[in-house]
Amino acid sequence: MKDRSIHILNFVGLGFFEPAIRLATGEEIKKNLVALLKKVLLPILSVGLFLLLWHSGATYLYNVEKDARIEKALADQGEVGALEMRTCIESGDISCQPNTLPSPAQVWTAYKSLLADHAVISDKKVAFAEKVAATNAQRQEQGLAAITYTGRPSFVDQIFTSLKTVFAGFLLALFIAVPIGIMLGLSKTLRSSVNWLIQIFKPVSPVVWLLLVFMIVKTLTRGSDSDSSFIISFISVGLCSMWATLVNTSMGVSSVDKDYINVAKVLQLSVAQKVFKIILPSSFPLIFTGLRITLSVAWMVLIAIELLAQSPGLGSFVWEEFQNGANDSNSKIIVAMFIIGIIGFLLDRIMLTIQKFVTFTEETA
Amino acid sequence: MEALEKEEVVRRSDNGLFEDKYMLDISQLTKIYPTPNGDYVVLDDLDLKVKHEEFISIIGHSGCGKSTLLTMIAGLNPISRGTIIADNQTIKGPGPDRGVIFQSPSLLPWMTAYDNVMLGVKQVFAHGTKKDRDDIVKYYLAKVGLEDAMHKKAKELSQGMQQRVGIARAFALKPKVLLLDEPFGMLDSLTRGELQDVLIEVWNQEKITAIMITHDVDESIFLADRVIMMTSGPRAKVGDILEIDFERPRLRKDVLEHPDYYKYREHLINFLEH
Repeated sequence: MKDRSIHILNFVGLGFFEPAIRLATGEEIKKNLVALLKKVLLPILSVGLFLLLWHSGATYLYNVEKDARIEKALADQGEVGALEMRTCIESGDISCQPNTLPSPAQVWTAYKSLLADHAVISDKKVAFAEKVAATNAQRQEQGLAAITYTGRPSFVDQIFTSLKTVFAGFLLALFIAVPIGIMLGLSKTLRSSVNWLIQIFKPVSPVVWLLLVFMIVKTLTRGSDSDSSFIISFISVGLCSMWATLVNTSMGVSSVDKDYINVAKVLQLSVAQKVFKIILPSSFPLIFTGLRITLSVAWMVLIAIELLAQSPGLGSFVWEEFQNGANDSNSKIIVAMFIIGIIGFLLDRIMLTIQKFVTFTEETA
Repeated sequence: MEALEKEEVVRRSDNGLFEDKYMLDISQLTKIYPTPNGDYVVLDDLDLKVKHEEFISIIGHSGCGKSTLLTMIAGLNPISRGTIIADNQTIKGPGPDRGVIFQSPSLLPWMTAYDNVMLGVKQVFAHGTKKDRDDIVKYYLAKVGLEDAMHKKAKELSQGMQQRVGIARAFALKPKVLLLDEPFGMLDSLTRGELQDVLIEVWNQEKITAIMITHDVDESIFLADRVIMMTSGPRAKVGDILEIDFERPRLRKDVLEHPDYYKYREHLINFLEH
């Protein structure tokens, strides 16, 4: 039981829990206590230090902004205005709060308010669905489209929209890059003939990809009234992120151990057998490394692309909050930043776990 | 055991194989690697004939072109000039009629020992039934002492065990010629001895014409009917041939105690030192 859970933890890349489990079962107390200290307490300490730095930095910026406001009030409205401004700020009134980097506590509050907002919106949705259930049934009989909830999406909805976009983009990258990568890896001629194109397109910025996809999709979907922003954003995400997989796959396929190729030659395996029995399995580790990079790049460029394509998701959430300029907007942006970071980390762990399942080498990240 | 061997001989002569003089006929074989400073001639007009059911070993200094010769017979390395005729057919490329045991075991690490052998068996016995193929794979894996480990992944096996699988794979394909490229070069001396015994035991039953490259004087005397000594390169050719007249099947102890053993050994070492 113990060994099994330790094995699973190590497998999914959460090996730092190992000493805690060993300690709980009373195994080599002293050694595992030291290991626990190193693997768990020190990281927690570093997070604490980071929060402390953040807090003091935010306080400093707050004071700079506050002084500037009082200074300005003094210049514009004289002593009385300055005093009014000072009491207003210190009373915590929302209308005159300095707008700057929020402190950790503010971000935490914003996080809770976002969750509360989500609960409210979910309730609204349920209520709406109940209200229109009868009407929808009627409309369905008449062959009309159902009435759907069109209210503002909550923060949690935005996260799932973003995940959907990234997932679609990632699949697109997978289905384009892996087959092309295999073909390029197999043929040196093909590789050298498209090498220039790859080298030129690889460093192109996500924004430019978006515009390019926009040009094409806009023309292709002309006449149809469907919302093309999702299509545009997921295709752009796919195109931006597929290069790592393309390059890694072609490298993996072209650098298969010569011994394995000799085995295939001696056995006179057919091309299909050679590809599926020998070349693909032996280049799996490199292909998966490429896919992991692709997924993290996809998640990274997603925000910028959603922001520009005005497709719903975390990117547009961040942009709307920035435009909104409400008192807690800055805090909400930071909440989104952490959520993006944590989801990116989780996605990478999931990929790593899948990689360990399907490949033959014991690679660790 | 003896009856089985006799039957084998009869069957082979029925096929008419015994009428041919040689299993392998290499004539005027030349290998040239072009370099920026002109051509580099590795092998120059090399002639070698190997009889049916003969085990020969080729010994020579590093870089003399032994491995080049072997990869050319295997068909993995293009021939610059000359011909190689295996079983009355000029070789044109690699094929399962010439089984190779490489220096590194070259197993596919993501497959089990069984699957590694089966990969080749499926190719060669494509028309047999599934049961036949299964029997062949299991028979040879048992022969090399891997009954219990045949469903382990190749990467989980030790070097010595992996090379055992390599031996099973080569024999299971029933090749006409077996090519061994320093098969035990990467093993420690204890494992090497064990594997020599495994190899010779399987070979005693199969009697496949074998050509083995080696650095090891004792190994070549113990295993081979003839030892081919190659001159140092460039322009390497056959320098000397030593017939080893020990009876088969051979036991290591008998070979080591044989009065001629040290005579053979001295002959080989004298050649290599000059």
